[in-house]
Amino acid sequence: MNSEQVIEVKGLTKQFREVRAVNNLDLNVYKGDVFGFLGPNGAGKSTTIRMLMSLIKPTSGSIKIFGLPLEHNRREILRRVGAIVEKPDFYLYLTAYKNLEILGRISGTDTSKKRIMEMLELVGLEKRYNSRVKTFSHGMKQRLGLAQALLHEPDLIILDEPTTGLDPQGMKEIRDLILHLSREKGKTIFLSSHILSEVEIIATRMIIINKGTAKVEGTVDELLNSGVLKVTVQVDAPENALSLLNQSRWSQFLDSRANSDLFFNLRKEEIPELNKFLVENNVAVNALIPMRSLEDYFLAITEGKE
Amino acid sequence: MLTLISIELYKIFKKWRAYIGFIAIAVLASIINLAIYLTGDNGPNFALRSLGDQFVFAGNLLNGYSIANLILQALYIHIPFLIVLVGGDLMAGEATGGTYRMLVTRPVSRFQIVTSKFIAAVIYTALLIVWLAIMSLGLGLLIFGSGPLVAFKTKIVIFAANDVLWRFMAAYAFATLSMTVVITLAFLFSSLVENAIGPIVTTMAVIIVFIIVSVIDVSIFQSIKPYLFTNYLTGWSYFFDDPIDYHGLMKDAGVLALHVAVFYGAALYFFSKKDILS
Repeated sequence: MNSEQVIEVKGLTKQFREVRAVNNLDLNVYKGDVFGFLGPNGAGKSTTIRMLMSLIKPTSGSIKIFGLPLEHNRREILRRVGAIVEKPDFYLYLTAYKNLEILGRISGTDTSKKRIMEMLELVGLEKRYNSRVKTFSHGMKQRLGLAQALLHEPDLIILDEPTTGLDPQGMKEIRDLILHLSREKGKTIFLSSHILSEVEIIATRMIIINKGTAKVEGTVDELLNSGVLKVTVQVDAPENALSLLNQSRWSQFLDSRANSDLFFNLRKEEIPELNKFLVENNVAVNALIPMRSLEDYFLAITEGKE
Repeated sequence: MLTLISIELYKIFKKWRAYIGFIAIAVLASIINLAIYLTGDNGPNFALRSLGDQFVFAGNLLNGYSIANLILQALYIHIPFLIVLVGGDLMAGEATGGTYRMLVTRPVSRFQIVTSKFIAAVIYTALLIVWLAIMSLGLGLLIFGSGPLVAFKTKIVIFAANDVLWRFMAAYAFATLSMTVVITLAFLFSSLVENAIGPIVTTMAVIIVFIIVSVIDVSIFQSIKPYLFTNYLTGWSYFFDDPIDYHGLMKDAGVLALHVAVFYGAALYFFSKKDILS
């Protein structure tokens, strides 16, 4: 991990009359991160993103992007940031090409035909460049949203649910594009998503927020592999294995059984020990599958179980 | 800033509503010109008809100038309704379409966004008035030719043909200022809400109420009349008086300019403070 901090949020709070949408939120994103920003509906994700993009003003707290306070360096910062905030909306009465040209001109970036067509090709819309956006499906607008976010070659890309409305092929393409931007181009990606498997695949670090407050923040690997995991152990002779296990300390970790699958609650470091124990006692182990997914973890965090 | 203004103008003229005013003016001016042309001498010396017993009129009084003056007076009160269609949509249209998010997240200040839209609105207004000049004065001169202008304000004044054109130019310039007040008011309302219908209807309602209050001869209304901007919208008529009351003209222009500044300043203030939630 590169230690250069791209986003530094401290004590961020937003109060809408009686509702505190974001409450004393701290958040750190480093250069090169694909940073997963997770939380249930109403957790304060969109409000946080709107504050990062200066669409709404924080009630209190500070936001620094590229080491500069957002409040006093808005234009300098936004020149280096591309974003999709919630659903991408465009001038429906204009063509995809014209929308990108207008947004590019406002950003003061290269709006040559070559550059705009490059962006449209990148998101697979080059054949529809001359179509009015009102004829686009939601998925096509999402792709165009990504194109406008990348048009001015930003260093930081903030994406709010970028795969919403896309078909599985489109989702994979966007995921691949995000990974390409991160790994090949060195971009920092701030990714808010409801699709937990997506974050699990592409994020390097993540935060889970609930009710406007950060619950956990760290690398995906650290967070998913901390605590107790549900592990499925597939064996050839489950009766023999059970009899063996019941006479050992492993019985306390055994949760249940279904056919040849034995389910354990284990810490990560206990998994190879269990495997070793079974193998040394002549039980053929076909598979050891840690069952804990981001979804399990997310639910545990947001439901306050962890 | 020039880039932003050109983009705003491009967006305005890419919407159908921008042409409604131009079409309405073209249709009305053409109908009036055509009707007067077809009825000829028997028809429309309406303005002079009541004076026919006391005066003898000689020369071509039915000319392009008198037609333009007639159209200016007839359309003047209706042009605000055409202008607010665009003014009311300028800010609220972005909110409705969700495109505020795209605009405000670009490296431009909110001051630049509001000001470019405001300047585009003023340019649109000026273009509509230029179009009014072309369709009333230009078409009138083309069909009926030139001649002296008989004007009625506090008294009957007859302007020689060579003394009229500049008065029309000045009147159209003043009309641009008057209509700028209207579009800026619509612009202000537009910056407060997220749907264009509200600002359009509200601006029209304000103008209608103010005009009615201005013309009703009740003492309480008369006392508040000086504070209603609609009272100053017809300042262009100073140019059809002799001698021109420059003091009154400047005062009216000053009041209107102040309204523009206040409405624009308020729109800028509210938009700068606004949380973009659309």
